[in-house]
Amino acid sequence: MKILVCISHVPDTTSKINFINNDSQFDTNGVQYVINPNDEFGLTRAIWFQEQQGAHVTVVNVGGPETESTLRKALAIGANEAIRINSTPTDGFFVAKQLAEVIKTGSYDLIIAGKESLDYNGGMVPGMLAGLLGYNFLNSCVALTVEGTTAKAAREIDGGKEIVSTTLPLIIGGQKGLVEEKDLRIPNMRGIMTARTKTLTILEPIAASSETKVVKFEKPAPKSAVKLVSADNLDELINLLHNEAKVI
Amino acid sequence: MSILIYAESAEGKFKKVTYELASYAKKVATSLGTTVTAITFNIADVSELSKYGVDKVLKTGDPKLTGFNAKAYANVIKQATQKENVKLVLLSSTTDSLYLAPLVAVALEAGFASNVVGLPVSTSPFQVKRTAFSNKAFNITEISTEVKVLSLSKNSYGIIENESAATEEAFNPALSDADFGIKVETVEKSSGKVTIADADIVVSGGRGLKGPENWGMIEELAAVLGAATACSKPVSDLGWRPHGEHVGQTGKPVSTNLYIAIGISGAIQHIAGINASKVKVVINSDPEAPFFKVADYGVVGDAFEIVPKLIEKLKVFKAAN
Repeated sequence: MKILVCISHVPDTTSKINFINNDSQFDTNGVQYVINPNDEFGLTRAIWFQEQQGAHVTVVNVGGPETESTLRKALAIGANEAIRINSTPTDGFFVAKQLAEVIKTGSYDLIIAGKESLDYNGGMVPGMLAGLLGYNFLNSCVALTVEGTTAKAAREIDGGKEIVSTTLPLIIGGQKGLVEEKDLRIPNMRGIMTARTKTLTILEPIAASSETKVVKFEKPAPKSAVKLVSADNLDELINLLHNEAKVI
Repeated sequence: MSILIYAESAEGKFKKVTYELASYAKKVATSLGTTVTAITFNIADVSELSKYGVDKVLKTGDPKLTGFNAKAYANVIKQATQKENVKLVLLSSTTDSLYLAPLVAVALEAGFASNVVGLPVSTSPFQVKRTAFSNKAFNITEISTEVKVLSLSKNSYGIIENESAATEEAFNPALSDADFGIKVETVEKSSGKVTIADADIVVSGGRGLKGPENWGMIEELAAVLGAATACSKPVSDLGWRPHGEHVGQTGKPVSTNLYIAIGISGAIQHIAGINASKVKVVINSDPEAPFFKVADYGVVGDAFEIVPKLIEKLKVFKAAN
């Protein structure tokens, strides 16, 4: 089985979110980058398939040279090889077009992408890939097994989950549940050393247009301070929620 | 041109988000001088949609479409869009809608923006405001394609009644076997409980509650308020509560009217997932807990004393109101 894991290079959750150039650009100054958490759950599941079922795992990212550290980390975790499409992502559609090209030429059986990235939160790339390629697609995937060309999976739905069966090739929008937090791996020294010698292929992007663009960023208005209510005066809390906030 | 909304339903009834979507669509349609068409999937009685300004309802009847199937639904929406000469397709932000929207967008070669909050900032060029960076920022996104797809954040617009007389039309476009490549075997769903996605109020418990045996008061408080229950990540990691209740960055997102956090310190990942909620209340014994920085109302004290008292007082309040 050939697995492709799509990786986003995103600011760590604890990063300060600021904008520069008249609020048109994210300020990367001092920002730590990580593998997008939803992608990391998928990557870890892919490594499980590699160890248990002999799958070959390729990771791919659309980004400039500065994103290679994130791909190297994925290699250190255990991916067999990496591909970087040398371009700055303009929108989800552009990224999906680039990835679809890699998938077509590489004939992958299973494509795992996080259901959304932590930075743009677009949640569109896995679905767009499925649309472009016509493959079976399961979003919000919280469990996955593969036997031959048959896959069994679970999808999180509002208030529960749905158990489904389908066939490869398959695209997954992954999240926590594919593996648990405790299963995530921190690269060890041996992994980091071998990652240096693994293949990282750089591909030039294909011509593709964007359908959307970010015109401007805004930060939320500063919040007013919390109103503290005494534990002995819960009637006041109910009063505030009823008359001031009007939510009960 | 018309605006098309995906009228999401469950167990034969429209979800509340559908009424919010219809209200939103009506407002946009009025400003553009056009009408609202809803696509419904195997719902016999669609009259409720007329309360929120829908002008025309397309009704599928194919038994294969009774249960949600993203690819097939996307194909139906695509064909409805073409038939009605639709330029703007609106979906909500439920799990199903977010599954469906990018498929619809690609099928229509339409630009897509998710997590949209509020009415378009401008209709020419077409610009919307959406959340990004896990609710830590917004961006104004411009969509340049002729057909556009938006998914609207829950609770970002509200439900507004607007009587209309919707016409109904059967709509049964051709589908192929390839549209049903994902087969649903079983559905595991707790019945009779308010889901986090549907709830107007969410009551959430954290590690401060010390153990799963103490969740009775969380459930009781939720019951009094008609709320859904949720929990923080450590609580789900420890197995005190099911994973489906985990809210936060890697769990379920919450954008509800009222979020009550009990014994949750407010780690940045937790806040990222719930920050879109309108009003936040924190009950915590530690006045330094970071949650107090993002909450609207706070009570410092022992949850085991406060919550039972709050339940009693709310019962009295509910009986009187």
